[in-house]
Amino acid sequence: MSNISGIAASSGIAIAKVYKLAVPELTFEKTTIDNPEAEIERLNQALEISKNELEVIKENARKSLGDEHAEIFSAHLLVLSDPEMINPIQDKINTEKVNAEAALEDTANMFIDMFKAMDNEYMRERAADIQDVTKRVMAHLLNVTFPDPALIDEEVVIVAEDLTPSDTAQLNKNFVKGFTTNIGGRTSHSAIMARSLEIPAVVGTKSITSDAKKDDLIIVDGIDGDVIINPTEEEITTYKKKQEDFEKQKEIWAQLKDEPTVSADNHHVELVANIGTPDDVAGVINNGGEGVGLYRTEFLYMGKSELPTEDEQFEAYKSVLEQMGDKPVVVRTLDIGGDKELNYLDLPKEMNPFLGFRAIRLCLERDDIFRTQLRALLRASAYGNLKIMFPMIATLDEFRQAKALLLEEKDNLKNDGVDVSDEIEIGIMVEIPSTAVIARQFAKEVDFFSIGTNDLIQYTMAADRMNERVSYLYQPYHPAILNLVNNVIEAAHAEGKWAGMCGEMAGDSIAIPILLGLGLDEFSMSATSILPARTQIKDLSKEELASFKDQLLSMNTADEVEQFIRENTNQ
Amino acid sequence: MAVEKTVKITDPTGVHARPATVLVNKAGSFAADTTVEYNGKSVNLKSIMGVMSLGIPKDSEIKITADGSDEQEALDALIEVIKKEGLGE
Repeated sequence: MSNISGIAASSGIAIAKVYKLAVPELTFEKTTIDNPEAEIERLNQALEISKNELEVIKENARKSLGDEHAEIFSAHLLVLSDPEMINPIQDKINTEKVNAEAALEDTANMFIDMFKAMDNEYMRERAADIQDVTKRVMAHLLNVTFPDPALIDEEVVIVAEDLTPSDTAQLNKNFVKGFTTNIGGRTSHSAIMARSLEIPAVVGTKSITSDAKKDDLIIVDGIDGDVIINPTEEEITTYKKKQEDFEKQKEIWAQLKDEPTVSADNHHVELVANIGTPDDVAGVINNGGEGVGLYRTEFLYMGKSELPTEDEQFEAYKSVLEQMGDKPVVVRTLDIGGDKELNYLDLPKEMNPFLGFRAIRLCLERDDIFRTQLRALLRASAYGNLKIMFPMIATLDEFRQAKALLLEEKDNLKNDGVDVSDEIEIGIMVEIPSTAVIARQFAKEVDFFSIGTNDLIQYTMAADRMNERVSYLYQPYHPAILNLVNNVIEAAHAEGKWAGMCGEMAGDSIAIPILLGLGLDEFSMSATSILPARTQIKDLSKEELASFKDQLLSMNTADEVEQFIRENTNQ
Repeated sequence: MAVEKTVKITDPTGVHARPATVLVNKAGSFAADTTVEYNGKSVNLKSIMGVMSLGIPKDSEIKITADGSDEQEALDALIEVIKKEGLGE
């Protein structure tokens, strides 16, 4: 047996045989043939098998993910019947007397190069589609098995370097019990898909594809991020128990899916979700989210070679708003810089990127980028319940400037006859201590606060959260943090505004009772944390917790706070 | 005698994979030879690779032609697809 740890990407326990999803060796030698007719027949057979497989894959994708996702396979099927693709391959076999493999590769490469050379990014990406289809045909020509998640018919755990969208589209939940990959993080595509399919997953193991062999028994613990290859009997028993407990727990959570979040003494708070793309909304709804508390718009800007257009952004924002109906959606404007870089902006390297030119600082200087985003948001506002917040606000002046730009673009759009909502709340992220300290002054001008604890903690404790040697200073329960959080909540309430939190802390089971007692109105967390949090809050008395407030705020250390909460909330 | 019609593409992403797929499938259901011409280049409308290789962007004008026994029906059906898919007018 061996134990490997990775990043817990999707909760649950899976125990099954390893199914390795890796494209097999597709090497061949270019040879001369003497019977072109037989060679063409061989090609046609490989094409036929590939088409039949794609039909099955398309049907599966349609069932599990809907028509939209299945359409890509219709395009793949057309490529395999395309005269412009097939005729040149057959011609090559006939005239050059080369084997089908060589003729296929030459022809496909010609098209791939042509698509790659186009000046439209969308078309360039189509090269990958042709590559995908060609590999499948090539595998059949070479008579090697092309691993196909759609064709799996026994219980397995998928082991792969990473999973592509087309791989995940084919996962059949009845057979695929879980997966684990070498690369990826909690927000990578495969992790997000795992959560929306609710399949246990551990990603970022670095070495699982070399550690696990085909047909090994494997346990994937998506709760704690562990993977165990060839477990002992004892380990199997332990994990089966853990699996049962988790299933029971989930049933209890699910009962609260359509319920509001109410404490034992009948106080309502809002549990909302953090998302990165429109695709994440399904998970928010499935997990009973009462809204979106943080839509990170960075993903629209990342992994690209140029800035996203206004229309591109509009479509994404509109999709999220429409899917959420009348529920609130808080969108954070571009937070780039710091640990998140954009190559195409060509920003100079900084000594202290977390203290440097990022987020609202960058947006106010590059107002061309900012205005494009604001216009897209304003146009989308007609389709739902939009709230906009600005990140990294350090001074009132920054907020005023950002708000002025927003209102200016709103007027421009209205003058052009574009429909824009008049109900958009405008708020700020509170992540800089200076802002938390004078929250009273801010509260007179903003519509709401959302406390971004990941950054607020690192700035308050002066500890870089990327630096492991100072990670002990990352203390969410530190009385200094609690005092700042309390100050923000009190300031909001004094002006009749609301205060939320959108850092990791909002979904933490020790922090939840503290925050409930301090009077936090909105808790934004990853979608899968919502039901556990709602279950926890149901048994907490807000008034009792509020009575601990002065005591908690005057404690000396984070440990004291944690111990006090454990003792007083039966944890 | 071939028939032809020119249309303007209004879809913001131009002629992308999904509508191109529908268009090529439709063309394939007729006997007539069909082509699409953009930017001086004409390709077989029964070929997905051909159509995609034109990289037709928004606001461009494309010419659809059909030549064969059922050319008029083919042309009408293709124009219908372009409208229905929101590709252009």
